[in-house]
Amino acid sequence: MSDYTPLSREQLAQRIADDLPDGSYVNLGIGMPTRLARCLPKGREIILHSENGILGMGPGGDEITDADLINASKEQISLIPGASICDHVVSFTMMRGGHIDITVLGAYQVSADGDLANWDTGTPGAIPAVGGAMDLAVGAKQVWVMMEHTSKKREPKVVERCTLPLTGSKVVDRIYSDLARIDVTPHGLVVRAMVEGLDADTLQELTAAPLRFDPQVTVLRV
Amino acid sequence: MLDKTVATLADAVKDVPDGATLLVGGFGASGIPTELLCALLDQGARELTVVNNNGGNGPIGLSQLFLAGRVRKLICSFARSANPAQPSAAAFAEVYRAGKIELECVPQGIMVERMRAAAAGLGPFFSPVSYGSKLADGKETRVIDGKGYVLEQPLPGDYAFVKALEADRWGNLSYRYAGRNFGPVMCMAAQTAVVQVDRIVPLGSIPPDHVMTPGIFVKRVVQVERSR
Repeated sequence: MSDYTPLSREQLAQRIADDLPDGSYVNLGIGMPTRLARCLPKGREIILHSENGILGMGPGGDEITDADLINASKEQISLIPGASICDHVVSFTMMRGGHIDITVLGAYQVSADGDLANWDTGTPGAIPAVGGAMDLAVGAKQVWVMMEHTSKKREPKVVERCTLPLTGSKVVDRIYSDLARIDVTPHGLVVRAMVEGLDADTLQELTAAPLRFDPQVTVLRV
Repeated sequence: MLDKTVATLADAVKDVPDGATLLVGGFGASGIPTELLCALLDQGARELTVVNNNGGNGPIGLSQLFLAGRVRKLICSFARSANPAQPSAAAFAEVYRAGKIELECVPQGIMVERMRAAAAGLGPFFSPVSYGSKLADGKETRVIDGKGYVLEQPLPGDYAFVKALEADRWGNLSYRYAGRNFGPVMCMAAQTAVVQVDRIVPLGSIPPDHVMTPGIFVKRVVQVERSR
């Protein structure tokens, strides 16, 4: 039995933000990924995109003070020097046409070959609402997933095959969970980093798809 | 003389017929033509098909049309309230659960591109978005060079309701920040684009480089003194 502590949401956001390269154009999905906007590494120019026509998004306050400057989660944002505004045709051209370097999305399930389920929990009576998730999933150069490793019921969210409705097929490049960073490769899931104290057997038990382990697996920490 | 300004909101929406397809701008709380929607409530058109990114935004405007039973179908990317603590789409949820409205859920960028195709005189187009998902159910699909595509249909509007910042009498428009969102494509995709603006300004006072929707795409502009 290994003794480990999962990363908090803040730590996970910080860890992902630390991996964003200087000069990259990045879209943050609604929910957990929007936390990254508050912890971008200093000394790097990372240009955040919001689907409602904003390129060069900065942090905003907790209250809505200007409804014409909001992000996809309908939260107040600011514009950084160098920002630009466009309409939805141009904004989704950025998203779908391979112009966004990285999108960081939340997920309900990710499969061993990179299928993503993040728009429909399958709850009976739920109103279907997809937003821009499917456009991003097929169109961003890289899709990074940010999520807890298991559901609230302790069920694995990294699975052999998604049981929930798909957002996109074979679209995920990288999974950041509160336990590990896992890459989706042509040879299956490869663990690159794990939290301190977690061993391979325990991580595999919490994962419903076969894992391979990078011989140079590192510690997932902030 | 070309003058697209109309004096009142009632005049701006007076000829929207029953059964019209209405493109409604706005994303979250930005760029919503709330006053035009309220004028349409008073005008009385029924059996509408509404295209809007969200299932209304708060109790005023589109939500009132839903509750009054005036909308037959909503074409939409995100009909749920984004933040359950601030239920912006509660009225839609009520009529949807009561089986009183049809919902077509469309990926946001595909909704946009379907309108753009209609505006640009194009026919159906193949897109990889939603391929392999249940949103592609019932649509023609094809694999081209090993990649799966879904055939998407153009989405024209009879009318568009859009909010902009400034207009001149020719209908040239400028928008403020992310209030632009769906405005330009909806003006282009509708037979009759009706635009509410904060200010009607003299012809020539919007610098040509700053016109974001050329007036050729706009039929009517109406000034609303204080937008909600």
